[in-house]
Amino acid sequence: MAMLEVKDLNISFGGLKAVDRFNITIEKGELYGLIGPNGAGKTTTFNLLTGVYKPDSGSISLNGKDITGKRTIDINQAGVARTFQNIRLFKNLSVLDNVKVGLHNNYKYSTIEGIFRMPRYYKVEKEMNKRAMELLKVFGLDGENNFKASNLPYGKQRKLEIARALSTNPMLLLLDEPAAGMNPNETAELMETIRFVRDKFGMTILLIEHDMKLVSGICEKLTVLNFGHVLAQGKTTEVLNNPQVISAYLGD
Amino acid sequence: MDRKKMKKSTRSSLITYAMVIAVYIIVEIMLNTGNITSLMSGLLVPLCVYVILAVSLNLTVGILGELSLGHAGFMCVGAFSGAFFTKVMAQAIPSVGLRFFFAILVGAAMAGLFGIIIGVPVLRLKGDYLAIVTLAFGEIIKNIVNVLYVGKDSTGLHFSTKDAVSLKLGEGGEVIINGAQGITGTPHAATFTIGIILIIITLFIIINLVNSRTGRAIMAVRDNLIAAESVGINITQYKLLAFAISAGLAGVAGVLYAHNLSTLTALPKNFGYNMSIMILVFVVLGGIGNIRGSVISAVILTLLPELLRGLNNYRMLMYAIVLIVMMIFNSSPKAIEFRARMMEKFNGFKKKGAA
Repeated sequence: MAMLEVKDLNISFGGLKAVDRFNITIEKGELYGLIGPNGAGKTTTFNLLTGVYKPDSGSISLNGKDITGKRTIDINQAGVARTFQNIRLFKNLSVLDNVKVGLHNNYKYSTIEGIFRMPRYYKVEKEMNKRAMELLKVFGLDGENNFKASNLPYGKQRKLEIARALSTNPMLLLLDEPAAGMNPNETAELMETIRFVRDKFGMTILLIEHDMKLVSGICEKLTVLNFGHVLAQGKTTEVLNNPQVISAYLGD
Repeated sequence: MDRKKMKKSTRSSLITYAMVIAVYIIVEIMLNTGNITSLMSGLLVPLCVYVILAVSLNLTVGILGELSLGHAGFMCVGAFSGAFFTKVMAQAIPSVGLRFFFAILVGAAMAGLFGIIIGVPVLRLKGDYLAIVTLAFGEIIKNIVNVLYVGKDSTGLHFSTKDAVSLKLGEGGEVIINGAQGITGTPHAATFTIGIILIIITLFIIINLVNSRTGRAIMAVRDNLIAAESVGINITQYKLLAFAISAGLAGVAGVLYAHNLSTLTALPKNFGYNMSIMILVFVVLGGIGNIRGSVISAVILTLLPELLRGLNNYRMLMYAIVLIVMMIFNSSPKAIEFRARMMEKFNGFKKKGAA
């Protein structure tokens, strides 16, 4: 069974068909790329997949379960986590707390137990700290756990966002331009990290990216969007040599 | 590393508790040795009321990050439901202290309930819009209380919004809430000691809430709605929870306030928007999100006008100026830059001193 199966997804804003008959099938453990020129509808697709927008028609199923039109929080609980194109961290919280917010639904105690510091508070908080530190270690952020998130350098903020997304224990991870604004060294490092996340957590990853080096370096399959349509789909090398794709990127 | 951080937040809250207890001890000593004017001793309970209000509003403004201008309204709900309870239960619970204790619970519950009722429609709004709507709700609450007539006789409770006569009370009936004349004859159960205990309970609830799973979720909602939703935080639920707890604690302050007066009336002076804005000034002056700051600024801003009695007429003017200055100091980029520079200088100086 495919991890993510999207059939004929449509959404239009006014007269504009932002995403038009979008289809995609991603198998478990795949590293899949979603590319296309600016304004092609990539982020809109992410927003549809995570329930920020409700599709006009079409269906989305995650691991065989229909998640079409559900609320963002329910889709997250079902196992989809994401990062954002423009970083959205909890700026005033510490690095550790950012990840602990992600653990919110998997490590529970009630508000009353929290206020009156009952034994479960200490027990669960300890487990949360342990798990959060493990995740931070994966991304080399464990030394900075006390920093305010907004004080981290840009590259590390991106990593923290991925760590936070992973902390919700997803099956499918959506990365929206993870390498945006990174220098070549940071990008190379990020590629390693993404590959590592896939191997270590057995994660299925769908990513949007403009950096062709990253895309051709780690994505096994690609879907190219242009004006909301799927232009090409398939193995990375084949897609990137497709004349239509080249003309969409470089012009005729 | 992690233990150090835990220690830091625990230490900070311990300092806050210690500060409150130290002030209590000093004031008690001064009271017992007669070193305090009657004017000041009359101010002690209101001081506790303002501190609780400031700390509880900080939960909405600082931790949840939503501007509310209706805090006096929730205080009003707490004050009237608490005083009402005390009057109605006069025979059922003869002990004044016990009645006061239950009145606090009733006041907190009622104000919390109003927080939920008002929060459901209102918390969909943000920023200025939310501020305006909460301001309106605060005024509505005050005005409804002003036309509310409730009486009690052998057949039970009677309600009216017209006048005391239309309650049609039976033999031996008593008007409890008499419209604009309010509630009279509430026992003076509020003391400075009880006020301090309530302050500590309020601090305990808010500080522990902030440093827990729920508090993190509330702050996540404040920092980034979309990201909070994307990691599975139920935004509506946590906004409402924070708002209701904040309202409930304002209700506690209201009950304390009501039991310090012989006549409780809903005037613009005590439950109007001026009061709401004054509480907001406490929060802004003390630093938005800074619990200890709220305590300190509430105390200073309450005492200052009394100490500068000659300037009393200019009190609201002074508040406005303080508010504007603090906002500039807190949020203008130039001021932030200046503060950062000063901090650096100070730290450098400290390091030099250590070496």
